[in-house]
Amino acid sequence: MALLRISSPHTQRPGHRTAWIMQMVILATIPGLAVQTWLFGYGTLINLIIACITAVVFEAVLLKARQRSVAFFLKDYSALLTAVLLALALPPSVPWWLTATGVGVAIVFAKQVYGGLGNNPFNPAMVGYAILLVSFPVPMTQWVGAQSLIDAGATPSFSQSLQAIFGTLPTIDSYTMATPLDAFKHAEGLDRSSAFDTILGLNEANLTNWISVNLAYLVGGLFLLKLRIITWHTPVAVLAGLAAISSVFFLTDLSHAATPWFHITSGAAMFGAFFIATDPVSSCTSNRGKLVYGAGIGILIYIIRTWGGYPDGVAFAVLLMNFAAPLIDHYTQPRAYGHKKAKKGLKFGGDN
Amino acid sequence: MSEETLSTENTSAIDTVAEDSKAKVSPNYAEIVYNGIWKNNPALVQLLGLCPLLAVTSTVVNAIGLGLATMVVLIGSNIAVSLIRNYVADAVRLPAFVMIIASFTTCIELIMQAYTYELYQILGIFIPLIVTNCAILGRADAFASRNPVLPSALDGFMMGLGFMIILSVLGGMRELIGQGTLFSDMQLLFGESALNWKLTVFSNYPDVLFAILPPGAFIGLGLLIALKNHFDEREKERDRARKAGQKTESRRVRVTG
Repeated sequence: MALLRISSPHTQRPGHRTAWIMQMVILATIPGLAVQTWLFGYGTLINLIIACITAVVFEAVLLKARQRSVAFFLKDYSALLTAVLLALALPPSVPWWLTATGVGVAIVFAKQVYGGLGNNPFNPAMVGYAILLVSFPVPMTQWVGAQSLIDAGATPSFSQSLQAIFGTLPTIDSYTMATPLDAFKHAEGLDRSSAFDTILGLNEANLTNWISVNLAYLVGGLFLLKLRIITWHTPVAVLAGLAAISSVFFLTDLSHAATPWFHITSGAAMFGAFFIATDPVSSCTSNRGKLVYGAGIGILIYIIRTWGGYPDGVAFAVLLMNFAAPLIDHYTQPRAYGHKKAKKGLKFGGDN
Repeated sequence: MSEETLSTENTSAIDTVAEDSKAKVSPNYAEIVYNGIWKNNPALVQLLGLCPLLAVTSTVVNAIGLGLATMVVLIGSNIAVSLIRNYVADAVRLPAFVMIIASFTTCIELIMQAYTYELYQILGIFIPLIVTNCAILGRADAFASRNPVLPSALDGFMMGLGFMIILSVLGGMRELIGQGTLFSDMQLLFGESALNWKLTVFSNYPDVLFAILPPGAFIGLGLLIALKNHFDEREKERDRARKAGQKTESRRVRVTG
C-alpha cells in the first residue's frame, strides 16, 4: 500500500510505502519530543512509551476481532504514529490510565470501528485528545513548569515524572502551572501589557519554553516538507489563517488582544499545523482544498482560543474541519487533463 | 424532533401494515412479545425516541424512571386508541391519538410529581416530552389502531419493556463508565429500602465526563446496536447451517434411493 502522489512523476520514489511515511513522520517529531523532554522533564517520554504499548495492543486485538491480518497492519506503523502524536499532545504529568484511555479510544473508536487505516473520517489522535479533554479537564490542562523550577532551569527528575504518572506523587500541583494560553485566557479585565507583567503563566521563561517547543516542531515539519511527505499548502494555510485573524483582532483591539506572534508560537499551533492538520486520510486532497481546509483550521483555532471554553483549540478545530473536508474536496476538484472545466457540484441527470 | 421523525414514522407504519394484517386475523401473542423486546425493539431497531434515550440515560435510576413512565403511557395510549379505533375518521386520527397520548403523559407527570418528586425534577422537561416520543405515536398508528384491545395492550407493554430495557442497559453502561457506580440514588424511585442498593464498582474513580454527557450515549447506543446486529448475524448463520444440513441429508436420501 503506498500513498498516492498528486504531482508527477509518480514513480519518483518507488518502495516508499505507508510504513516508510509513518516512520518518517515519527522521526520528524523527535526535535519536538527532545525539546519537550528537556523543558518539561521525562513525563512526555514515559507517556510516549505507555501510548505506544497501548496502541499496539489495541490495534492487534481489534485487527484480530475484525479478522484482518495482524502482522501486516501492525507493520505499517500507523497505530504507533497515532500513539506518538497523542502522547506528544498530552501534558507530561498525566496519570498512566489517562494516556491508555486516550490511545484506546483513538484506535478503537476513531480508527478501527470505521474500518482501519485510510477509512477514518477524523484524525484518530485528535479524537482521543478531544475525548480526554472533555472527560478529564483538570489533569489535561496541568502542565509541568513551576516558577522556581523554570527560573532554576530545572525540571522534574525522571523518578518524579514516573511518580506523577503512576500516581504516587502527592504534590503534583507544585510542579504545574498554566500554559501561556491558559493564563492569557484567564486574564480577564487586565489589558495585555499588565497581563504579561503580572500573571505567573505569562512570564518570560514560560513563554520562551513554548516558543522553543513550537520552533522544534517547525523544524520537524520542514523536514517533512523536504521529504515531500506533506505539501506546504496545509501548514502554511493554518498558520496564515491564524495569523490573519489574530492580526485583525490585534489591530482593532490593541490593548487587550494578544499579538499574532503569541498565537502562532504558543500552544499546539506548529504541532497542529505540520503534524495534525496534514494527516493524509482525514484532510483535503486537492491543493486548493488544502488551502481552504488549513485556513479554516487557523481561524477556528483563534475562535476557540479566544471565545471558547478551552485554552487551546487545535484538536477541536481539526476535528471540525475534518467534518468539512469531503465537502471542500467536492468543490475544489482540479481540472482534469483534457477537460475544459473542472467538475463542480452535483449534476443530476447528466453523466457525472 | 417530532415533526421530522413523524414523517419517517408514517412510512415505517405503512411498512408494518402488511406485517400486522396477519395479526388482525388471529393475534399472535408470542410474536408480539418477540417483536417488542428483540426483533422490532423501539430503541435498537426502530431508533425511535432517541431524544430521551440520549438525554436521560446518565444513570440507571433516571433510565428506569423515564422507561417506566414511557411504558405506562404506551400501554394506556395503546388501549385507548384500540378502543376508539372504529369510531375515529381517518382524517383526524393523528390529532386524536396525540391528544390521548398527551393526556396520559400529563397523568404520569402529575403522578411522578406527587410520589417521586426528586426524580421528577431530575428528569425535568423529558417527562412532558414523552408526548413527542415517536415510538408511542408509531405504535398507536401502526398497531393499536388496527388491533383489538388485548393484543394492543400487550404490544404497548412489550414495546415499553423493550425500550426500558435498552434505556436501563445504556444507563448502567454510562453510570459505570462515568462514575464507577451502579444503581446509585435508587431511593428516588423505590423508596427508603433502596438506599443501600448503590454498588461502588470502582472506588476512588475519576468521573469520566464524556460518558455522562450525551456524546457518550451515542457511542453506547452504537455499541448496543452493533451487539444486536452481531447476535442477529450469528442467528442467521446458524439458520443457514441448519438448512444446509437438512438439504445435504435429503440429497443423500435421494441418491441412495
